[in-house]
Amino acid sequence: HQQLFEKHLVLLRDGRTLIGYLRSIDQFANLVFHQTVERIHVGKKFGDIPRGIFIVRGENVVLLGEIDMDKPCDTVLQQVSIEEILEEQRLQQQAKQETEKVKMQVLKDRGLSIPKADNLDEY
Amino acid sequence: ECFKKKKKQPTATLTVQLTLACVSAPQLFYSFFKSLVGKDVVVELKNDLSICGTLHSVDQYLNIKLTDISVTDPEKYPHMLSVKNCFIRGSVVRYVQLPADEVDTQLLQDAARKEAMQQKQ
Repeated sequence: HQQLFEKHLVLLRDGRTLIGYLRSIDQFANLVFHQTVERIHVGKKFGDIPRGIFIVRGENVVLLGEIDMDKPCDTVLQQVSIEEILEEQRLQQQAKQETEKVKMQVLKDRGLSIPKADNLDEY
Repeated sequence: ECFKKKKKQPTATLTVQLTLACVSAPQLFYSFFKSLVGKDVVVELKNDLSICGTLHSVDQYLNIKLTDISVTDPEKYPHMLSVKNCFIRGSVVRYVQLPADEVDTQLLQDAARKEAMQQKQ
């Protein structure tokens, strides 16, 4: 199968992006990734963390894409070191948590609450 | 104006009906999507990502394969830049937006109603 020799990108339900060689896929979208790299994006910067071999349970897969080497891409994005991207991510998470906190308080004041959408349904 | 009003009301009911039909008559939607292979669609995922592409194939779990994709919303999702074709797990799809002229909503509504009746028995 042609698919098994191209680099693939997978988006996971927890928001992570993994890139690597897809070695196996089944009807549940369970995946085996080889030479996997976890790519973290913050704004226009990104960083790659090498992860080795990954086995992904299908239920966590959002999207699986074939990376097309011909398509022009990394021109807008700037690769940075792992330490830098982790720091950027930490700051981004912090800012997000602040706004969430404010939002929750406002909703609470009005007697409303929004359930977390994480595990709403399992097929 | 009267035309606009007429369209607005049935859409909400139609959405609910079709959503219920998706659970009670899964084969119906598998067949329905199969008939749309080759058409351009926009798939909105539960993580709020919207992807435009050509429907390449669908399977019994309503997993979707799209070709020639582009992320419709502004590139909040830069990782997709070098991806041309993708597989989307059926369980993460929120909406599939279809060109209105490709769908006979009356036919679909009737088929869904028929399936629902059969289920009841």
